[in-house]
Amino acid sequence: MSGVPRVVLVDDHGLFRSGVRAELGRQVEVVGEADDVQPAIELISSVLPDVVLLDVHLPGGGGQAVVQAVKSAHPQVRFLALSASDAPEDVIAVIRAGARGYVTKTISTPELADAIRRVAGGDAVFSHRLAGFVLDAFAGGVDAAGGTKPSFDPELDQLTSREREVLRLIAQGCTYKEIARELYISVKTVESHVSSVLRKLQLSTRHQLTRWAAERRLT
Amino acid sequence: MEDPARWGGPYGPHWHRHRGPFWLRHLGTGGPLRRDTADRLVGGVAAGVAEWKGFSVNTVRIVFVLGAIITGGFGVPLYVAGWLLIPAAGEDGSIASRARSDSTGIALAAGLATLFGFVLFVAGVFNTGWPSSWAWPQVFTVAGFTLIWRNASPDEQATLRRLAEPLSGVAGPARPTRRSAIRLTIAGLLVCGGAGWVASGHESLALLRPLGGVVLVVAGIVLLFGPWWLRLGRDLVLERQARVRAEERADIASRLHDSVLQTLALIQRRADDPAKVVQLARLQERELRAWLFEGRSPGETDADATFAAGVRQIQQDVETLYGVPVEAVTVGDCALDENLKPLLAAAREATVNAAKWSGASVVSVFAEVEPASVSLVVRDRGKGFDPSAVPADRKGLAESVHGRMARHGGTALVTSSDGEGTKVSLKMPRSAVESRSGSAS
Repeated sequence: MSGVPRVVLVDDHGLFRSGVRAELGRQVEVVGEADDVQPAIELISSVLPDVVLLDVHLPGGGGQAVVQAVKSAHPQVRFLALSASDAPEDVIAVIRAGARGYVTKTISTPELADAIRRVAGGDAVFSHRLAGFVLDAFAGGVDAAGGTKPSFDPELDQLTSREREVLRLIAQGCTYKEIARELYISVKTVESHVSSVLRKLQLSTRHQLTRWAAERRLT
Repeated sequence: MEDPARWGGPYGPHWHRHRGPFWLRHLGTGGPLRRDTADRLVGGVAAGVAEWKGFSVNTVRIVFVLGAIITGGFGVPLYVAGWLLIPAAGEDGSIASRARSDSTGIALAAGLATLFGFVLFVAGVFNTGWPSSWAWPQVFTVAGFTLIWRNASPDEQATLRRLAEPLSGVAGPARPTRRSAIRLTIAGLLVCGGAGWVASGHESLALLRPLGGVVLVVAGIVLLFGPWWLRLGRDLVLERQARVRAEERADIASRLHDSVLQTLALIQRRADDPAKVVQLARLQERELRAWLFEGRSPGETDADATFAAGVRQIQQDVETLYGVPVEAVTVGDCALDENLKPLLAAAREATVNAAKWSGASVVSVFAEVEPASVSLVVRDRGKGFDPSAVPADRKGLAESVHGRMARHGGTALVTSSDGEGTKVSLKMPRSAVESRSGSAS
């Protein structure tokens, strides 16, 4: 990725948009803002930014609606979900729709700029919360009910122990650099592990994820 | 905006509604008789009488309908007279008082009534019987309706238009579609055929005639008005949904008032104390999240119940006491057992240490419940220390963390270096009884 990423902000709070725009300053080029699903789809399709900073909650149908509408026509546009919502179902929904990552709104500005650059470069970005959700969702192949696992693709629906390790460290709030040092691997390898987790999340059969989401809602 | 006092508690303004026998709603208003346009089906007369005398409105409606049947149709013009003469609630004069000055309306009413009477007379010549005895009183109804139509308040006219909608639909929809054209044709044929059958004088079919004709007419009417009835039913459902939504909004508003607005007021008062403001904001954020995303109401503590709840409690307490944000992530959950309580106690000690001494702006707690064990990592990016340089008499780490964990078969590992922050990893095996129940609580 050369130069500064071109970014579109999608959030229904104008104050938040102007805050992000001011804080990111010259680290990214904000090429547009939208406050709802329909204007966002139109804007993104016309300016074709590198990264869309997308609020999970939008009045006209949620962030995943934007991802789904744009993704097929413009696969080169990447999405980074940014939200105050920690409702696991919402987060997983927007990730499964095709967002390349999720960070909470409490993220610091340098971290956000870094996350945008990563997503623009094709990597996945997980916040510590999302890492927790994913670990929870895949739940180590442990079946609480006592062994009656639904039939699914074991390749896709299991995380490798290395991926699990990386996710745990992300959930502890480690940066990629710290993870790399702790596991004696390169930052690039950490990135590839995270990307493969993202791919599994987006492709995996739905059994476990839906059951997990249902449990989260109940308890 | 609605009056906040309406959310005042379980005994809102309608609490008395279901007391006493079903036909008696409450002891009437004692005020003058007024049509209740808010609770009306047609003109609000029944609702007004119910309100006035304190009967249940449905009882009054049933009495009205029975009255209309028994009096041979005279009940309907009586109802219309009531509509004309009784002022609506919140209005000064009745419709009749306004209609007095509407000379065109009076002329039109007289004309229409005469026309209707003439039609009935002609019909009566051909087929004397029950229809005409029922229909004659409706001459007055027609006249009364005309006056109401012209002189009712805009609000009521809207209702009338809705009632009259099917007629305009029959007369010709704005954009006639193929389906509606077919529907209207079939309906028209059925009604005409049925009416013709009723009127035809074939002796051999004398017994079947009324029955078959009525069936055809009913079928035709259903075809004509069915879509409208369906729409009316749908409107009712929508209205009910809107009411439920309004109640939900009131509930949310009252909760926000109890929690968020109170905290905001506190924050404004403590604006000169940044640490306190951060602490209040975090506390409120956590409470709101718990309510919005996990469905726990504020003040509801379940710290004794499960491991994840225990971790949340640590987060909450440390944030409140030391004003340092704690990012807690838990994976899986299980019931607390004898081994997990010391684990939580050790985790609390480690978190408090990090908050107190590390100087880090945030402390991360990560807990994972696995089939055989539970692990918990407390990590900060503060100034760190040299574990080997800690004097042996310092109780904190040695006793509270290492000792506790070792006594229950767990392990504790502390890694720290100057300027790099500290990481405390705790691992505790789950007791045999618990290991059967998995991560789903």
